[in-house]
Amino acid sequence: MIQSNTITKELDVYAIRQQFPALNRQVKGQPLVYFDNAATTQKPQVVIDALVDYYTNYNANVHRGIHTLAEEATAAFEASRDAARQFINAASREEIIFTRGTTEGINLVAFTWGRKNIKAGDEIIITEMEHHSNIVPWQLLCEEKGATLRVIPQLNGELLLDEYKKLLSSRTKLVSVVHVSNALGTVNPVEEIIKLAHQAGALVMIDGAQSSVHLDIDVQAMDCDFFAFSSHKVYGPTGIGVLYGKKHILEAMPPFQGGGEMIKEVSMLKTTFNDLPYKFEAGTPNIGDAVVLKAALDYVSKVGKEKIRNHEKELLAYATEQVQQIPGIRIIGSAAEKVSVLSFVIDKVHPQDIGILLDNRGIAVRTGHHCAQPLMFCFGIPGTIRASFAMYNTKEEVDKLIVGLQKALKMLL
Amino acid sequence: MSDQKTIQEIENEIVEEFSLFDSWDDKYEYIIDLGKKLPVLEDKHKLDENKVRGCQSTVWLVADYIDGKVHFKADSDAVIVKGLISMLIRVLSGHTPDEIIQASLGFIQKIGMTTHLAQTRSNGLLAMVKQMKNFALAYKIKNTMSHGERSAETKSN
Repeated sequence: MIQSNTITKELDVYAIRQQFPALNRQVKGQPLVYFDNAATTQKPQVVIDALVDYYTNYNANVHRGIHTLAEEATAAFEASRDAARQFINAASREEIIFTRGTTEGINLVAFTWGRKNIKAGDEIIITEMEHHSNIVPWQLLCEEKGATLRVIPQLNGELLLDEYKKLLSSRTKLVSVVHVSNALGTVNPVEEIIKLAHQAGALVMIDGAQSSVHLDIDVQAMDCDFFAFSSHKVYGPTGIGVLYGKKHILEAMPPFQGGGEMIKEVSMLKTTFNDLPYKFEAGTPNIGDAVVLKAALDYVSKVGKEKIRNHEKELLAYATEQVQQIPGIRIIGSAAEKVSVLSFVIDKVHPQDIGILLDNRGIAVRTGHHCAQPLMFCFGIPGTIRASFAMYNTKEEVDKLIVGLQKALKMLL
Repeated sequence: MSDQKTIQEIENEIVEEFSLFDSWDDKYEYIIDLGKKLPVLEDKHKLDENKVRGCQSTVWLVADYIDGKVHFKADSDAVIVKGLISMLIRVLSGHTPDEIIQASLGFIQKIGMTTHLAQTRSNGLLAMVKQMKNFALAYKIKNTMSHGERSAETKSN
């Protein structure tokens, strides 16, 4: 068997682990095994250092200050926008809007583009495997406008594209789809979905919260109209994210929030709005976290997404195989294309009991409905146990999970 | 004086029982055992209105008021939660509304189960305690009101 350390073509996972201080801690007297990466990733030291460096050395408000600190902060803030542009291969930096995260990105599109363009009788299509954040904003919009929300069904974790084709019509104005399912790990065929939507004359929003850390994102090749992701799932800080939109679409959209930064000129009679991307960034932004996002994206690029992906793929395959030893186990979501998520249930055992007993051994998994209640309903379960992997996880940790599960079941059954 | 133990005495008993356990596994094994032994709640009580909100698992809780004392029955689809409920019932059930409202429930911390009190969506112990105290409060208010009515009736007579 090939060991995954020391080989240069592969990820040196043990060297990587040294860069994540949180992985050194103990939980309940045991070394932490962190398998809740789909919820949020741990942060490498370079990211933590960058945050300290910003607040220690060049904290200032961006864009209007004439002094040195303001210039440095602005340069770093805008450099981060460039890094985000590069990370998803957007055509221009004007297309990169800083948000609080994926949820805010989706809400921004629903609130501005949606309110302007969606009318009574229009249809918005989502999928059965959406996170609540890609359901609720559209439900609210449809309710307000008298539009209809349509849902692409799935089977065993794969979207039924033939059903999708039947849903598309001239009434379809927007298709909003999760790139990678947070609950199942399914990689959805977004290129095909986008092509079909465009043929029907609809725009497409991609929820990239889970995909951006695992897949190479090229919004131009993908040809999506909107793409949103969160920094904290890409080894960066919480509270910052990116919304990408095609320039001509963003330009035609009304602003999101009103305030400073987003204006060109304000008089008591009329306000003209600032150019992209600032039109959508009212108020003092989350400068510190935005600046640090660059450190996180640079870190991921330096390690190499392909290496990370291969490593995670190997881990997922190993975990999927090993977990079969557990009697009564049922893996939820068996799509051919999956990344980094192993979701399962065990006969006669509540996921919460497993979660508590694994935590008791220092193993962090997520249990519950993963903010995807409609999907859980389709599978006829209240929730699953989800182990999600990141670049720093090892096969030894998977082995600990298996032992943890066996011990938990011995106690519970 | 009644033979019935006070809430504090029962809490002390539980703390003493837990002091015998060497490891977390032993504690959880005991809680799981309590969960398994808790009588199953009849299906007629497993209604939406009896669900305790704020738990990842489903918890049903019902209360009866007999001779000035509140009696609880509960169930859950998760066994550890059921074990925790079983302890709460042991401590609080069969006491007066005032005693229940005033109970400090310090035993939860003393046996190391405070994590289950955390305000997260996954743990519902806090929600359960709140719901049990709410029941007690409701009975107390009902009690005072009916006493009030009775004394008002007496006066008018």
